[in-house]
Amino acid sequence: MNEDTTDEKRRGFLVKLSLGLAGLAAAVAGVPVLAALFAPLIEKTPQVWRNVGLLDDFQIGTTKLVTFENANAEAWAGVTTHTAAWLRRDADHKFTAFSANCTHLGCPVRWEAGAQLFMCPCHGGVYYKDGSVAAGPPPKSLVQYPVRIQKNQVQVQTSPVPITNISA
Amino acid sequence: MKTLKKIWHWIDDRSGFTEIFGPLLGHLVPPGAKWSYVFGSATLFCLVLQVITGVALSLLYQPSSAEAYQSLQFITHQAAFGNILRGMHYFGASFMIIMVTVHMIRVYLTAAYKFPREMAWISGVLLFFLTIAMGFTGQLLRWDSNGVWSSVVAAEQLGRLPFIGKWAARLLLGGDTIGGHSLSRFFSYHVFIIPAIIFLFVGYHLMLVIRNGISEPPEAGRLVDPKTYRQWYQDMLKSKGVPFWPYAAWRDVLFGAGTIIAIIGFAYFVGPPELTTPPDPAHLNTTPAPDWYMLSIFSLFALMPARIESYMIIIGPTLTIIILLALPFVSNKGERHPIRRPWAVFGSACVVIFVFALFLLGEKSPWSPRFKSKPLTAVNIHSTNPEVMAGGALFYKKGCLYCHRINDQGGYRGPNLTQVGLRLSYGDLTIRIVNGGGNMPAYGGILSKKELTDILAFLQSRK
Repeated sequence: MNEDTTDEKRRGFLVKLSLGLAGLAAAVAGVPVLAALFAPLIEKTPQVWRNVGLLDDFQIGTTKLVTFENANAEAWAGVTTHTAAWLRRDADHKFTAFSANCTHLGCPVRWEAGAQLFMCPCHGGVYYKDGSVAAGPPPKSLVQYPVRIQKNQVQVQTSPVPITNISA
Repeated sequence: MKTLKKIWHWIDDRSGFTEIFGPLLGHLVPPGAKWSYVFGSATLFCLVLQVITGVALSLLYQPSSAEAYQSLQFITHQAAFGNILRGMHYFGASFMIIMVTVHMIRVYLTAAYKFPREMAWISGVLLFFLTIAMGFTGQLLRWDSNGVWSSVVAAEQLGRLPFIGKWAARLLLGGDTIGGHSLSRFFSYHVFIIPAIIFLFVGYHLMLVIRNGISEPPEAGRLVDPKTYRQWYQDMLKSKGVPFWPYAAWRDVLFGAGTIIAIIGFAYFVGPPELTTPPDPAHLNTTPAPDWYMLSIFSLFALMPARIESYMIIIGPTLTIIILLALPFVSNKGERHPIRRPWAVFGSACVVIFVFALFLLGEKSPWSPRFKSKPLTAVNIHSTNPEVMAGGALFYKKGCLYCHRINDQGGYRGPNLTQVGLRLSYGDLTIRIVNGGGNMPAYGGILSKKELTDILAFLQSRK
């Protein structure tokens, strides 16, 4: 009877030990795996100013596509480091930059100079030249990027892909 | 010959092939399980083809956001049989989606999901969504402009999730913009993560087929009673069952082989879809469109009222999943024959027609501006009046032709204006152009007075 109890205790201890060790090994092994998976959630991408051209490159009243590097450009990412915005020179020292992503589902909007409208090819979203919605399903106006002029250089601040949330 | 036999017997004895797989192959199945039962195995045949062609593609593909596009160009245009390989993987995916859908509809219509096969249905539903997920992530691996923009569209949809939307989108793209990490992530989803889950559930799904047996063809009036069904099924198998191999399996093999040959035929004669332009997110002159099996959903986004869209993007798929998963719990006994379940037949037909109609609409996408419209021809303007001619030119230049048709030119978004002069007065036309409304932008701030007069003259002459 005594021996049985000892045996039972021993078995119980070994079960706990093996499960505990297995759990510990899994937890430790899981750290780098989960880190790889969830790193984008904790990494902070600083938004940076990018040169997009000289002041004289832009005519007043015209809207032009400017391309620049995104904020977290990896050296090995090729053309996928590129990003673009629609930039309009409103006055001598006043610019407006619009995100190229439709606020409906993110498709690339085009500036149609003749019609003075931004148009999306996917679901027919249309925006006026101030970025407000003119037609179609987009729930809100085109997102604007900050612009500044530094030493005759026009600079656009990089921004994340604008994600429309459910409240829009 | 004798030596070969000896060798085989040794291998078989030590490996246990016949011992393990013999009973599985020879297990009894109900008689009369005929051609309607081949779609599940055809899906499996397609999956095997996808694995094999996928592995072969992985030998040639560079899963890096800088080089994937070039490596796909290499596969398509230079690698030995590369074009056919890509074609087989592409059409294999298409056939797999068709087969899994038909299999699912067959199981629903013959109520094979009822007792005791509830778990087979549940694992099957998960497999259906995993197949769709594979199709979608695979499309992005082409990593041309279409692939890049599709991944943005996917991120935008995740963005509508309440509370966690932005985080989910960030996880999908591997950052807050398309960049170096985006393709690595999609590659991992498509090649490791989702296939691992698929293998797990396919194994489970097949295990359940062996454990619970293939459902017998339904007979009107023969009800499923959970209390007696298992015993009845076993007795029926004992008296009337036939060994799966080869008496039932030959149809699976024949249909499966036919499917594979059809896929190879499509790959050879049609070929894989051409890549669009390189994956430069700064290249905006592109029209993203999903592969055909996603087109219905793409159409739905264009057609449902914008006010409910954010909710439907979340509630729609959630509700679909819940309904499908709940099905065997809501009705797991009783009648199985479709002739006694007319609402099931009607409902299935409605879903098929609805999805197919959305697909056809998606092919035409009448809601999209026709950027490729050409300026109106002289024949279509049919006037020498300078004002009308100027109006006709403006009608193109101001983008009106993207959405409206004049004779055989232009888009479909707005009304056909070929004979608008008969329908609307000068005043009506002016109000509509200046104020816009519905899906028409207000052109009041865009047109000068002279331009407006010219366009009005042009439209008035459309009779």
